[in-house]
This record gives sequence, structure tokens and C-alpha cells, in this order.
Amino acid sequence: MPKHETPLLDELESGPWPSFVSDIKAEAASRAKNEKNVEFQIPVDVCDDLLGVLELSYKHGRTHWKHGGIVGVFGYGGGVIGRYCDQPGMFPGVAHFHTVRVNQPGGKFYNTAYLKQLCDLWEFRGSGLTNMHGSTGDIILIGTQTPQLEEIFYDLTHNMNQDLGGSGSNLRTPADCIGSARCEYACYDTQSMCYALTQEYQDELHRPAFPYKFKFKFDGCPNCCVASIARSDMSFIGLWRDEIRIDQAAVAAYVGGEIQPNGGAHAGRDWGKFDIQKEVIGLCPTECMRYEGGKLEIDNKECTHCMHCINVMPRALRIGNDRGCAILVGAKAPILDGAQMGSLLVPFISVEDPYDEVKEVIEKVWDYWMEEGKNRERLGELIKRQGFQKLLEATDIEASPLHVSEPRSNPYIFWKEEEVEGGWERDVKAYRKDHLR
Amino acid sequence: MAFISSGYNPDKPMEDRITDIGPRKFDEFYPPVIKANKGKWLYHEILEPGVLVHVSETGDKVFTVRVGGARLMSVTMIREICEIADKHCGGYVRWTTRNNVEFMVDSLDKVAPLKAELLSRKQIGGGFKFPIGGTGAGITNIVHTQGWIHCHTPATDGSGPVKAAMDVLFDQFTSMKLPAHLRISLACCLNMCGAVHCSDIAILGFHRKPPMLDHEYLDKMCEIPLAIAACPTAAIKPAKVEVDGQKLNSVAVKNSRCMFCGNCYTMCPAMPLADKEGDGIVLMAGGKVSNRISPPKFSKVVVAFLPNEAPRWASTTDAIQKMVNAYSNGARKYERLGDWAERIGWERFFSVCDLPFTHHLIDDFRDPAYYTWRQTTQFKF
Repeated sequence: MPKHETPLLDELESGPWPSFVSDIKAEAASRAKNEKNVEFQIPVDVCDDLLGVLELSYKHGRTHWKHGGIVGVFGYGGGVIGRYCDQPGMFPGVAHFHTVRVNQPGGKFYNTAYLKQLCDLWEFRGSGLTNMHGSTGDIILIGTQTPQLEEIFYDLTHNMNQDLGGSGSNLRTPADCIGSARCEYACYDTQSMCYALTQEYQDELHRPAFPYKFKFKFDGCPNCCVASIARSDMSFIGLWRDEIRIDQAAVAAYVGGEIQPNGGAHAGRDWGKFDIQKEVIGLCPTECMRYEGGKLEIDNKECTHCMHCINVMPRALRIGNDRGCAILVGAKAPILDGAQMGSLLVPFISVEDPYDEVKEVIEKVWDYWMEEGKNRERLGELIKRQGFQKLLEATDIEASPLHVSEPRSNPYIFWKEEEVEGGWERDVKAYRKDHLR
Repeated sequence: MAFISSGYNPDKPMEDRITDIGPRKFDEFYPPVIKANKGKWLYHEILEPGVLVHVSETGDKVFTVRVGGARLMSVTMIREICEIADKHCGGYVRWTTRNNVEFMVDSLDKVAPLKAELLSRKQIGGGFKFPIGGTGAGITNIVHTQGWIHCHTPATDGSGPVKAAMDVLFDQFTSMKLPAHLRISLACCLNMCGAVHCSDIAILGFHRKPPMLDHEYLDKMCEIPLAIAACPTAAIKPAKVEVDGQKLNSVAVKNSRCMFCGNCYTMCPAMPLADKEGDGIVLMAGGKVSNRISPPKFSKVVVAFLPNEAPRWASTTDAIQKMVNAYSNGARKYERLGDWAERIGWERFFSVCDLPFTHHLIDDFRDPAYYTWRQTTQFKF
């Protein structure tokens, strides 16, 4: 017998897609049965009460969770989010239901020994429910109580060599794409850079000293699988700046229909015979490609590395050899003043361990934002408020046409006195000698 | 349930304390075939929906079977994943950025038994535990936020609408019939922890009623200046109020200026705005993050409001289904939903998707609004 009737949630147990309701029920049943005699450190019926409170939300059309209180582990200002239920009497198992963010490994690769250890810990000291993974990238352990927090942290750090992730006004847990671990498009080793910077900036990650949250994300190529350009204050996107490598024999194989275009991504529909003119040459945004006499030519200096041709013919075209990354800044979701896309700050930077050049840019950006940013002002909002020029000044980067999609269409330039010959101090009396009142 | 110590001594918190160690290093968790071929991959192919092969210059191949799953995942489910990974994949597994799970093997003959094992595992209601798909020109797993399961500001649920939508779109997960890939995301309020603002289709929870004012507790629970400063439209001002003959410091809200962002509630719990009738779903469409062919772009609001129809959100899934069908029928190969909408014109988008256009969809929020009005005689009757 379930502890709470959940007729609305039960309707989410049918259908082909995996049901989170069935999964929570399975966890509830496993805890009730407790075959391994786990000495649960939080209520055994926590999952039942979670289903109960969620059912109530389905009925009320409103959440039943309150703001988090200040909970955490000693010496850290982030990594734990307090969470309390607004109906603790009805659902005592989830009266206190805090979240622990655990810094995920690069590429979200795991071995099962680690995962099992994490499962054992979270069954013992938490609800047994997780998010794999949170939007920022962390492993999210949802549902534990305050006395367990230090114990969980102790166990993570001492027995799993594992630290917490970020929350609050600090560096949020950086995240990367699968990168060169299993992708031929990666222009740099995203996991290596993500790991190196995460380690370098542990203090910024755990101890909030920023005006607001700050996110790093690492995309190995302009396909942007981790969406860094849309959702990270600093987005590192891999690029090459020399020539796309062409294997003409493989191009011919695509044209001849021996290899499926786009790695077979369109195989579910009959799109007709592959047409290199229509599907590659004609879709190139800069029209910098030609296919004549059985030979593909690319005018590489006109290429804007959009990835389309490489995506369509991965066996024939490969990223260039002179690789690094671009840095874009200021992306964020709409709250408060509207969404912002990342704006290009550094068109190309070398990406070699120990990433000193990259760190230099990061630290200049942080210095600027920490000096000028208001409370709860994201970097993108600050740049919008003060203008892109201020950011260029703060980072000692010279303006270039690459910084704009088009030049300004108003002439209201805020000239600085030192930019104008002779300065601004003038003698009005001398002026009046030539210009009577 | 007696308290069991991990070894931590609350009287001496700094004793033997380990901090600032960061995550585990990525290469500890690479399967051998990944470790041996990192940086050496030549190309990849999708052998069938959900099954990829990556070929290395060493001649090695890694075969990946991608399965969808609920982001909300129990340890029982993770242990089941481990069991499969131990049996078939040498004890390694990974997750994707879109909440899929990837099982990797190093030879083709290992794929069929792995697939059979994954598809054989069903939930109690008959659904798959590990549906195979999510590759190529189809719809992969929906990234989403917590919703009613764990968040204090949501205007809708996360896991429920996602389950409802993926049930309806299941065929697109297990096939590759669309013109290009189509990314759906859900954020349960406009804080957008999920950053859905650049998705082909975004499901967004939204409030429509201004905050209620819990005057009796407001000054006790909140820093009034912070609540005032939190409002992007300056709709909140300080106010003296009288409750049961007692003069209290509180705030007043100019409701006509409220944009329902909930930022005040984030700063001040005495200003709740959640409401059964007021809250619901906004649908946005046409965004992308890839730089492929066209630059990344924001999603546009295409449905101003749909009610929270728990547990199956039928109006929401119907509207999504309409957009997916119209896109599937109308777009060219490789064309993303937003590029298609721009090519045919947004006026045509609304007619082919059979979605009503209302005044709510015309931007009137600050400067960028002007740039979205039509300033040409080029349009379609």
C-alpha cells in the first residue's frame, strides 16, 4: 500500500518514455524493503512523501517548496541549497529536503565503481534520488537533512576524492562537451581545459565573492553541444584558423552515394540522392566553396567555420591544424533584462596547458566585473550597461571589426578628451574674437 | 535510525578536513578504447537511430548506444545502469549534456546483445527504462529544470510535462525523419536554470498574477530595499500599512507594471505569486545554439499562454506536435526550425502551425522590441 494516494501522478506511469514516477515508486519500495539493512540516516519514507507533496502540487497547480535557508558545509559558501516543504506536517519525510551539488567529471564519463559508491552514500544519507545531471552540469543529489551535510562532505572528500560544485554568487561548476575524447570535431581538449580551470579557481567556486553567478562552458567546436554561447558568462569555443583538410577521394565517395551524408543523420527519410551542390556548396553561408571537375575547392580565407560542410561530410572534411578557441562573454538567460547571447571578445587564443593566456583574460574580466558590477548583475548586463568599449579597455584588447556584426548606425560616439586633438579646454574669449556675440 | 558518523568531528571541523579538491579527473573514467584514441578520431557514423560508431586513425572503433531517460533518477536506476555497464561495457558509462545515457563498446558484435538487454528492461507501467535513440535528425531528450518536485519559484512542473511531451514525441526520438535535429527544453520559470531561450522549441513556465503581499511578515522575512531593487520595472515601492491596528513597514506593488518575473519573490518570500489559474506555459520556438549555416539565435514566443493541465499537459503537447509536424512537412533538409520559420516568414509559420497570433506576441519590452516590428512592405497576405 502506498503511503499517499497519487492518482494524478499515476497517469504518468503509462506511455513509452521512462517514467520518473515509476522510478521514484521503485526507490520508495526499495527503501521500505531495505534488503541490505541500510541504516537510513533520513526518513525511510522520504520518497513516499515526495510523491505525496508532488501529487498535492499537481492538484493545487502550485509548488509546495519554500525558499532555501542558509545551509552548507563549513568554509564553503556554495554547493548546498537549502530546501524546506511548506506542508511539513503532512509530509514529514521531506520537511527538510536539501540539495547537494557534486562537481561532475569531465565529459560526464564514469566508471561503475564510482557510481556505486555514490549510490551507496546517497541511499544511506539522502533520499536516493538524483538528477543526472543538473542544467549547469553537476551531479545533483536531491533530498537530505542538515545534520547529514558535513557527513556527506566528509565522505565525499575522504572516501571518494570528490568535491562539491558551485551555487550562489560564485563560479558555477564549469562544464564541457565530450571533446576530443570521442569527437573528431574538437579543436581543443575541452575536458583538459575545463579540469585545469576548475582546479585553478577552486576558491572562486566554493566561496562566493562575485556580484552574481559566473559560468564557464567549454565547446570544442562551433556546433556548441554544451550551448556555451547561450548560457555561459565566458564561453570557450574551439576554432581552427587555417585550412579545412580535404580528402578528395572521400568527397567523391559522398558524391557517388557510397557514404551517407551527415554521418547518416537523415537516414530515416528518403531525401533523394545526395547533391553536393545543393546540400553543401549552396548552403555554405559565405559561398566560399566550389565543386568542379570532381574536385572540391574551399577558399579558406573566406570561411567562417560554421561547420556545415564538415558536419555533412565528416569523412572527407576535417577541421584545420592551427587550432585554439574563441572567447565569448556575457551570455545569460532572460532574467532580468532579457536574454543575452555571448559576444565575441577574443577571436582566437592558444589553448595549451597551463592555459596562462586564457587565465589572463579571465582574471582581467573578473577584476572589471568585481569592480564595476552591481549586486546581482551578470557580466553581460554590466557590459550592456557600460558598453563593450569598457570591456575592451579592461581587458587590454584592441577593437576590431570581429567584435561587431555591423558598425553602429548612430554617430553618438562618446569621444574621450585624450582622443580629440588639443583636448577640450578652450578659451571662450579667444573664440569671441572671431565670433561676435 | 541512529545517527552514524562518517568520521567528521563537529567539535573540530577543521581537523583532517579536505577541501578544494575539485572533481575527479576525467581520464580516470575513460573506457580503454577512449583513453587509447583520444584526439585520434577520424569520423563518425550513425548506424541506426541511437547507435553511433566513431572510427580512430588507429583503426579502433567505439560503438555507442544512446538511451533516453528521466533526468530525475533514483540510485536503484543508476545501479541498474551500472549492472548493464558492468556486463557489456567493461564498467564504464557516460551521460550526455541532454540527460541521455551512453553505453560504449569496442566492437560491433557487442552492440546487438547490449541493445537487446537495454530494450528488454521495462518499467511497471510498460514504458521503456532505456529507449534507444536521440541521434541525428530527430528529437533527443528534453533538458529541463526541477519544477514542482524541488523548486520554490516554478510556474509549472519539470518532469511531468517532459514525460508527457516525450511520450507524444516518442516516434521522433527513435527515428531520424526530421529535416534537422530539433532540440526541446523546459524551464519551469523565467529564471531559466535550463537556459531554454535558444531552443528549437522551449517550454517555459510563467506566472501571470502579481505578487501577493504578506504584510504581517514582510518586514520580518525580507530586506525591503532588496525586494524593491529586485524589480526590473520599478513596480515596487516602500509603504506603511496597518494590520490589526499595527503600523508596519512593507511594500506596495503597482500591478500594471508587473512583468511577473518573480524576482521579488526570489528576494522576499513574503511576496508569493504562484497561482493555479495564473500560472502556466509559454511556448517559444526557433532558437538554436549551433553556428551551423546561420548564427545562434533566440527562441521567439509563439504561444503566450497555456494552462497547467496536470498530469498530461494536453494543450502544450498538442501545440508542440503541431509545430513539429508543420516543420517536418515544410522545412528543407538541414534546415533548423528557426531558419525554416524565417524563410517562410513568421506570418506563414503561424498559419501552417495552426497557432493563433495574439497581441501578446508583439514585443513591448524595452528597446529591442522596436527591432522586431515589421519595417518593410515585404510580407505575405
